[in-house]
Amino acid sequence: MSGLPGGGMRLIEASGLSVRMGGGEVLSGVDFRIDAGEIVTVLGPNGSGKSTLLRALMGIVPLSAGRVVRAPGLRLGYVPQRLAIDRNLPLTVRRFLSLPVRVSDAQALAALERTGISSALAARQLHDLSGGQLQRVLLARALLGDPQILVLDEATQGLDQPGEASFYRLIEDIRATTGAGVLMVSHDLHVVMAASDRVVCLNGHVCCEGTPRVVSTAPEYRALFGLGTQGALALYRHDHDHDHDHDHAHDADTPHDHAHHAHADHGQARDA
Amino acid sequence: MTTRTMPTPIMDRPAMLDDFLTRAALAGTGVAIATGPLGSFVVWRRMAYFGDATAHAAILGVAMALALDLPVALGTTLVALAMAGTVAALAGKGWAMDTTLGVLAHSALAFGLVAVSYLHGVRADLTAWLFGDILAVSRGDLAFIWGGALAVAASLAWRWQALLTATLNEDLAHAAGINPARERLVLTLALALVVAVAIKVVGALLIAALLLIPAAAARTLARTPEGMALGATGVGALATLGGLALSIRQDTPAGPSIVAAAAVIFALLLAVSSLRRR
Repeated sequence: MSGLPGGGMRLIEASGLSVRMGGGEVLSGVDFRIDAGEIVTVLGPNGSGKSTLLRALMGIVPLSAGRVVRAPGLRLGYVPQRLAIDRNLPLTVRRFLSLPVRVSDAQALAALERTGISSALAARQLHDLSGGQLQRVLLARALLGDPQILVLDEATQGLDQPGEASFYRLIEDIRATTGAGVLMVSHDLHVVMAASDRVVCLNGHVCCEGTPRVVSTAPEYRALFGLGTQGALALYRHDHDHDHDHDHAHDADTPHDHAHHAHADHGQARDA
Repeated sequence: MTTRTMPTPIMDRPAMLDDFLTRAALAGTGVAIATGPLGSFVVWRRMAYFGDATAHAAILGVAMALALDLPVALGTTLVALAMAGTVAALAGKGWAMDTTLGVLAHSALAFGLVAVSYLHGVRADLTAWLFGDILAVSRGDLAFIWGGALAVAASLAWRWQALLTATLNEDLAHAAGINPARERLVLTLALALVVAVAIKVVGALLIAALLLIPAAAARTLARTPEGMALGATGVGALATLGGLALSIRQDTPAGPSIVAAAAVIFALLLAVSSLRRR
């Protein structure tokens, strides 16, 4: 991903990462790395340790073995899977954006605009937002810390397909303009596949890894996701064809994206 | 009730404090400064039983302090701290909290009452520790109440942003470099201190009510966390004055009267907010 602002810098690297929880090993011997300007998606079935991997990489859960190296002073923007807001806690969107660091009104409005939220929502209570609005507000808050890496844990849960697609377009757009690395977790296949530079297929350990194209044809991936894989793959290809018009429009803004897509389509994978 | 007066310089003896009713009003409003913001966290983090357990344990602290001839405030603070620490440790281990806390809260109270019965001369004063004795607040008590309440309010204000973030979502806090365990500890310490401060005002049985009811009342109109915390302090102070007025006119027990006044304010604000929403 050369040519991106800040591209290439190693943000997080893990080697031989293992995590034990409640007596069982949730993750074993995971090697992982993410660089600035890179979108990496961790894919895996429920219970495969995806969220645990994110939490271990962020330093929230202790490792039982291995090590994680984060770039010194790494600024991390985290978008949690869901935010259960107790109705007893009154919290406007504006106030939420000032957590944990207070920001000016101008900064808050800019962040809302960036994520496509109407400024009229700033005075709205957080628990009155729709699922899609809340996800965008969570993203806006994460962006306010000027993160070098965005970490999103199943951030599109509860969104419909158009909502999901536009959310991922927003992520790609943010990557293109800020040069931040993006680390995502998901179990929905096709949209994520289209939006990622690299996919890590996880099931307690790394099953396979590479560009979306390479991973989707890997036997380990097919074994993990079973019969549905063909369908998902078809959808992935279909999306690519179908979105062509849009991709062109998008490419006008971000020339490197075009290079990436061509890359994926030719099946040339760095990790192959 | 045993009254221990702290040495006060002669210069600092405003005549206003000679009136027991003024001292009572000041004691109640002082407590409200701490219970407003802390009570809001108790509501947001669903720590109601936690507050109960800590407050009930204070009775045991009273018994121990009197038996060992130590200052009562020291006994209640230490035992409340031990109980709050135990509960926090159990919570961290993922126990089923409502049952565990129920067991701890009620057994602490029972052991405290049994312990008090061994002490001669205290039994008659028991209701003062259980329901408070705000009309007997001395100058020394007042200094302790205001000192403790201001310390609690100041430490909550100091940690405010981190506390709120950790309350909202622990992973979100972690990702921002905040340690949620440390913020929990801040609340635990604050709770123990508030119990020691408030026991004279409303008594061990009703401290949790003084944390919960004003915060719940302020919730009806608040739009931000800060609004709710300040509102809860306001409701707490108002309830103190209302309760004292009732107590003086009708000769009702002061502590329960204050809590009853808070409950009436809660009901009124609830009605106002549901009318507004229409």
